[in-house]
Amino acid sequence: MHNVILNKDRVDDFISQLAAFRTVAAPVSKGHGSFSFESVTSAEEIAMRYVPTILPPKKYFMPQRETLLEFDFGERSVVEAIADLDAITLFGVHTCDLAAIQCLNMVFSERPKDYHYLLRKQHIDIIGLECNIYCDEYANCASMNTYLPAGGYDLFFSDLGDYFIVDIATQRGEEIVGKGAMFAEASDLHLSALRELRENKKAIFSNELPIAPKKIADLFDRSFGSNVWKDLQERCLACGNCTTVCPTCYCFDIRDEINLNLTSGRRYRVWDSCQLEPFAKVAGGENFRKERSARQRHRYYRKFRYPLDRYGRFFCTGCGRCSRTCMASILLKETIKALVKESEAKIWKGWL
Amino acid sequence: MERLVIDNSYYMVRKARILRVEQLGETEKLFELTLSSGQSLDHEPGQFIMVSLLGIGESPISIASAPNGKGSFDLCVRAAGKVTTYLHTLGEGAEISIRGPYGNGFPLRVLRGNDLLIIAGGLGIAPLRSLINYVIDNRRDFGKMHILLGCKSPQDMLFKNDIATWTQRSDVHFACTIDRAAPDWAGNVGVITTLIPGVDIEPERTVAAVVGPPVMYHFVIKELLAKHIPENRIMMSFERHMKCGVGKCGRCQFQHLYCCKDGPVFFYDGIKNLSEAL
Repeated sequence: MHNVILNKDRVDDFISQLAAFRTVAAPVSKGHGSFSFESVTSAEEIAMRYVPTILPPKKYFMPQRETLLEFDFGERSVVEAIADLDAITLFGVHTCDLAAIQCLNMVFSERPKDYHYLLRKQHIDIIGLECNIYCDEYANCASMNTYLPAGGYDLFFSDLGDYFIVDIATQRGEEIVGKGAMFAEASDLHLSALRELRENKKAIFSNELPIAPKKIADLFDRSFGSNVWKDLQERCLACGNCTTVCPTCYCFDIRDEINLNLTSGRRYRVWDSCQLEPFAKVAGGENFRKERSARQRHRYYRKFRYPLDRYGRFFCTGCGRCSRTCMASILLKETIKALVKESEAKIWKGWL
Repeated sequence: MERLVIDNSYYMVRKARILRVEQLGETEKLFELTLSSGQSLDHEPGQFIMVSLLGIGESPISIASAPNGKGSFDLCVRAAGKVTTYLHTLGEGAEISIRGPYGNGFPLRVLRGNDLLIIAGGLGIAPLRSLINYVIDNRRDFGKMHILLGCKSPQDMLFKNDIATWTQRSDVHFACTIDRAAPDWAGNVGVITTLIPGVDIEPERTVAAVVGPPVMYHFVIKELLAKHIPENRIMMSFERHMKCGVGKCGRCQFQHLYCCKDGPVFFYDGIKNLSEAL
């Protein structure tokens, strides 16, 4: 509940000391302007300024493939629900991704609780990192109000030139800081520098969408039959990239696998995508979202409309990953813009 | 890496033993099951379970029997996918796994005291059988019960023993029809909607329960509304692909609703404007 500072020349000491105790995962440059959360042992591997990673940190909370049950029909017939957990410290999580983790937490702690997720979450420490400026033109974090920290971390780093100011939010965060003697208590001067950073950010970050966030629910209520979805259908390749890289997409498939001995095996879950054709198909052949337009629409409503009622917040965090990764250049900001434009045109028509 | 065993995982399965298998239709079999632990399944009519064949997969299946006090329960399974096809190869005494029961089931507290108009198409009779037999077991608690059943052909008619009972009982009105005339069939011919106009109901005290293939609902609902049954007194049970059964995996979602958790039983007025519902 207080702030400390860490001089930039001590960051490497901090990371290597952390890495001595447990796995530290942080954004690493992969070339071509891409970044990825990977385990690191020193600060020089870390990209302190980065565009949101290809895959979001959800890969640690909800691994792409995660064993749920193990079974053995051998002499001793056993079925067990298990979780294989790694203790991890995530370093450098942007505020958009912190918001996304909060979304996932809501989903998996809603009853009935998913203990596979919740136990894994307990094994992860989170160190956030502030964006002082936009990462790139795809982000819409101001519209989703995720460009400022709003909890969900143990420690939070803000870059103030020669040093980071670190918000210690939890006892766990206190323990992490306590391990190193490289931190110093923040003074009023540091705190006012942080306030100044936040004020400056308010000038830099402004609503990227042509609609006030509180009117988005209404826009979507009016847009279910929109032609915009038909336009997306013409372009969408139904590859599922957008949902794979989305930090709040959590849909999954459950599959079984038998070992070579034919007596034991496991049941696991893997990421799935509502954009793929068989997602909503039943065994009898009926497909309840056969059209790509319906599947794209479903994705947008799962970010901007449905969660408002169920969880009281948008499930878009404005990270921009879906737009950045789309092979057909389906851009989230453009889609919203098109919806607004169409909706306004309809309203005008009503007037004339 | 640390391995934890999770005691209260909702993915954990319970063992169930097959007590009896009966061939009901060309591709449908009835499985009477009991939990190996001796516990009762403790389900409500209209709920479903995940049939879980470890090493093969899971499939959501409606419970076709009313809670019977014996601790056993029935599933009516059409061999359609991997899990159901394998299940069809199993016989009496075999052990499978299950999860559940899941879903809301038919809202009995609302149904009590009302007349019921039950409309089943094909395999839709399976979840409705749990309701019908529940009503028969608690006959005084409900008003009149009309059962309308539509099948493709006489061979596709499932639960012939139950149908014989329902036909005989004086406190049940049962009528059925087949889609196309067949040589050994002396009964009604035509789609299920042809039976609806002739049913003598008091719309203000009737609740309709409709389960069948998606295409059936549109036509049946139209007829029910023509009979002046209010929109908030028409129930339907939906079929969806499901993986988790508890509202997480997203497979069964249509618009903001999860079929597994918010359903599978929905009232018409709640879903009539949801384009992905049917």
